[in-house]
Amino acid sequence: MSITIKDVEHVANLARLELSNEEKEQFTGQLNAILKYAEKLDGLDTDNVEPTSHVLPITNVMREDITRESLPIEKVLLNAPDEEDGQIKVPAVLE
Amino acid sequence: MSLFDLRLQDVHSKLNNKELTVSDLVDASYRRIAETDETIKAFLTLNEENARRQADNLDKQLQEGGERGLLFGLPAGVKDNIVTEGLLTTCASQFLSNYNPIYDATTVSKLKSAQSVTIGKLNMDEFAMGGSNENSSYYPTRNPWNPEYVPGGSSGGSAASVAAGQVYFSLGSDTGGSIRQPAAYCGIVGLKPTYGLVSRFGLVAFASSLDQIGPLTKNVEDSAYVLQAIAGYDEKDSTSANVNIPDYTSALTGDVKGLRIGVPREYLGEGIDPKVKEAVMQALKTFESMGATWEEVSLPHTEYAIATYYLLASSEASSNLARFDGVRYGVRADNPDNLIDLYRKSRSQGFGPEVKRRIMLGTYALSSGYYDAYYLKAQKVRTLIKQDFDNVFNQYDIIIGPTAPTTAFKIGEQVGDPLTMYLNDICTIPVSLAGIPAISVPCGTADGMPIGLQIIGKAFDESTVLRAAHAFEQQTEFHKLRPQLG
Amino acid sequence: MSEATQYETVVGLEVHVELHTNSKIFCGCSTAFGAPANTHTCPVCLGHPGVLPVLNKQAVEYAMKAAMALNCEIADISKFDRKNYFYPDSPKAYQISQFDQPIGENGWIDIEVNGETKRIGITRLHLEEDAGKLTHVDGGYASLVDFNRVGTPLVEIVSEPDIRTPEEAKAYLEKLKAIMLYCEVSDVKMEEGSLRCDANISLRPYGQEKFGTRAELKNMNSFRGVQRGLEYEQIRQAEILNDGGVVIQETRRWDDTQGKTFSMRGKEESHDYRYFPDPDLVRLNISQEWKDRVRASIPELPDARKARYTSDYGLPSYDAEVITSSKKLADFFEESLNYTKDAKAVSNWIMGDLLGYLNANSLELSEVKITGQGLGEMIGLLEKGTISSKIAKTVFKSMLESGKLPQQIVEEQGLVQISDEGALVAVVDQIIQANPQSVEDFKAGKDKAIGFLVGQIMKETKGKANPALVNKLLLERLKA
Repeated sequence: MSITIKDVEHVANLARLELSNEEKEQFTGQLNAILKYAEKLDGLDTDNVEPTSHVLPITNVMREDITRESLPIEKVLLNAPDEEDGQIKVPAVLE
Repeated sequence: MSLFDLRLQDVHSKLNNKELTVSDLVDASYRRIAETDETIKAFLTLNEENARRQADNLDKQLQEGGERGLLFGLPAGVKDNIVTEGLLTTCASQFLSNYNPIYDATTVSKLKSAQSVTIGKLNMDEFAMGGSNENSSYYPTRNPWNPEYVPGGSSGGSAASVAAGQVYFSLGSDTGGSIRQPAAYCGIVGLKPTYGLVSRFGLVAFASSLDQIGPLTKNVEDSAYVLQAIAGYDEKDSTSANVNIPDYTSALTGDVKGLRIGVPREYLGEGIDPKVKEAVMQALKTFESMGATWEEVSLPHTEYAIATYYLLASSEASSNLARFDGVRYGVRADNPDNLIDLYRKSRSQGFGPEVKRRIMLGTYALSSGYYDAYYLKAQKVRTLIKQDFDNVFNQYDIIIGPTAPTTAFKIGEQVGDPLTMYLNDICTIPVSLAGIPAISVPCGTADGMPIGLQIIGKAFDESTVLRAAHAFEQQTEFHKLRPQLG
Repeated sequence: MSEATQYETVVGLEVHVELHTNSKIFCGCSTAFGAPANTHTCPVCLGHPGVLPVLNKQAVEYAMKAAMALNCEIADISKFDRKNYFYPDSPKAYQISQFDQPIGENGWIDIEVNGETKRIGITRLHLEEDAGKLTHVDGGYASLVDFNRVGTPLVEIVSEPDIRTPEEAKAYLEKLKAIMLYCEVSDVKMEEGSLRCDANISLRPYGQEKFGTRAELKNMNSFRGVQRGLEYEQIRQAEILNDGGVVIQETRRWDDTQGKTFSMRGKEESHDYRYFPDPDLVRLNISQEWKDRVRASIPELPDARKARYTSDYGLPSYDAEVITSSKKLADFFEESLNYTKDAKAVSNWIMGDLLGYLNANSLELSEVKITGQGLGEMIGLLEKGTISSKIAKTVFKSMLESGKLPQQIVEEQGLVQISDEGALVAVVDQIIQANPQSVEDFKAGKDKAIGFLVGQIMKETKGKANPALVNKLLLERLKA
């Protein structure tokens, strides 16, 4: 299967990236090359192979339900590009 | 000889004997940076004011006596994807050019307890994506052995800085070879610990199931000391292993008699520079001369590792980097039309081409209809690759091969050809996928550029890896070679 | 409404319930409601670079408890997945949720509608993190984000499409709420958003097996709103089908003030959440011992209590259903029974005076001061004849407002029933003397006249006279 410019546009939209026409073409070519390379995995029979999500056999890592001090508001807002009344300000969600 | 060529114990005894102060060490660091960093460009941010204040405090402590940290007074560089409270952390990305962290990474807290002095933040490939440092969005770091060559990556600044004698040691991060490969290219020692040995809390995630922080040093002993300081269970990292941490320096016995070494034929096959192969064969002879034995072995799924790695790492990255949306921190694009426009513009302006490429690949691989074919398939192949290592380790204590198939290449030589660039990682990526420890140590030079020997061990068996690397170092002079700079 | 009756309605509900842990699901910030914006946040819940989640054990156990109470099978192995989407209230741009290995699956609850019991299937219950809160400002051109709520643990409970009417939907939600309260995993306050509901609704001709095209309803902020939204949607879809049209699969927003649903088409994109296992969290292995331990912590649930009330106390099924629908009410009922043996009397007071008062004033039981002890003791005073049933109404009202015990109220207000013959004779004689006409009437055979005389005596004694004694004394004198 091969990726088209349309696929690239769809994926860019999901990833919230704005690509120039040049980038779209470049990525179409490069992603096709990489995915073509990845096709070699198809040759491996993995029907009875368990997927590895974690290399370590660790399970049930949990903490007790104890509250810890939160940040002072100055730290919360230290890096905020825009703020108002102690809150982060963004353009409205499209309605 | 530079102060930073002294052994750690020698530095500490000079400090004790008042032949040296921490301020002298910090001075030496900033002086060397002033002399060399215009060429090398290892640093993105310097921490000079704080470092000098800290040096004064440590010198006071020295006079007053009392308990001292393991890395007391040593000038350290920290890769810029490790979060440092109050010290700019950019991941070499324009997106985070203004990011002032509000907390410390666990490894940074541990360095503070060990009382090293953080000199500054080190250049890297943007978000650790790349193997040459050419993907830094600020400037590429250059190889101290030849400024026309790349230092490797993604921890290129971490490796170049140690090689250039700017800091005593540095921290890097390794996802598919990002500590070991630049260490090899810059002729120093780089250790990627077992996944889960060192906390990832505060390491800006690239591929969460692969990322590990580790030390870059001039010799194996220093590597053991720094590992000692940063290893250990962290309740803030659910993937951190709750294991006992041995005394790594006590493993450095110089004795490898009876050590069984496996040498994967896949690491010495097609694509390997004959000079690199020759250096590895020589190294094996050195091991033989010390009473170790080696045999050729096979890691049959090696050829699938790169595809597996790029699918898994890019998929995880596409999700990990989604938080860089311009809402809470980072550089927000000016005058967006609406919220979606804010996301698109901020991200597109903030990320470089390699980061975008991997986000695109990962998003595609996870998108509906492709998950089983790409992500799940890659997770299954990862199991096979891990089993390859398990099988070899049933009969062998360590695995030895090259760190990279070639020595460092020239800046600009491989730009625009991502796939070829990815193939440089053929010897390091399978180890990352298996989550096991590996170290790169200098084992020669080719045309004036260093060659790295990779020693791979069983999970949590850093002691054996360090013992073998140290024994080799004792028999050779490669680690004493220094680039001619400035 | 007639248009809807040709079609069978099929409804499935997705309910989110906030678990009332002390701290958030993946960090130590408090989950308390109502703090100043962004003061319950830290690098982890703000999604700063480099942070990692650590799972709250209590959240897992509450989810297990809730799933067990909904008769779900509990997974042996469960895991967390990332649901990827961009929204300003979601700091990591992914929500940690559970995709294919939820905590619980294949459960059910029984609901009662019009006196009939019906079983509604529960497809699954999974654990996830809540998002932040947006407030719109600048005339709708901007939004402010408060991240306090981010990371509050939620369970999402998905029903089978077994619900057939809006009334059933409401009954399902009420039952679900009751069960959550019984288990003490959530305070289920809709006004604070700790229970939220989306509904899938479709219509099909009776007898057809295949489901019709469904609409997803959002923004219903009360149980009543859910019922009204579904009622509206039933008619809307029936009208489309009757006109030969096709229902479009879409998300629709319920507007409570206009009483209508509106299409959200074009305002949200086709979703591709790219679920994958969260590499920052490890697998949950839920052992049998762990399950047993959690199961042992589940208290008696409403169905079991209801059965006990009808069999042990002989309550009518309806009364038992009403009383057990709220744990607080059922606990109140049982507390009363520590002070009186007359369960039916307690039930009658609850069903009549107590619920009547609460409904008339839109109050919750927790907002009035009466205690189960108060009601029980008051019934005791009635039995002993210390107070009359008329006085009891006064005492009850006073208990609602003051929370004082009946004995104290009776003493303070001098409400003890006059059962002393000597004390009453004088009043009886006085009233007979003052009302010769009524005495005449009675003697002339007009029995009703006695009622007037009793009323006068009660008035004179401010209602405290023992009515039986008054009757006896009156008759003795009038017939003499």
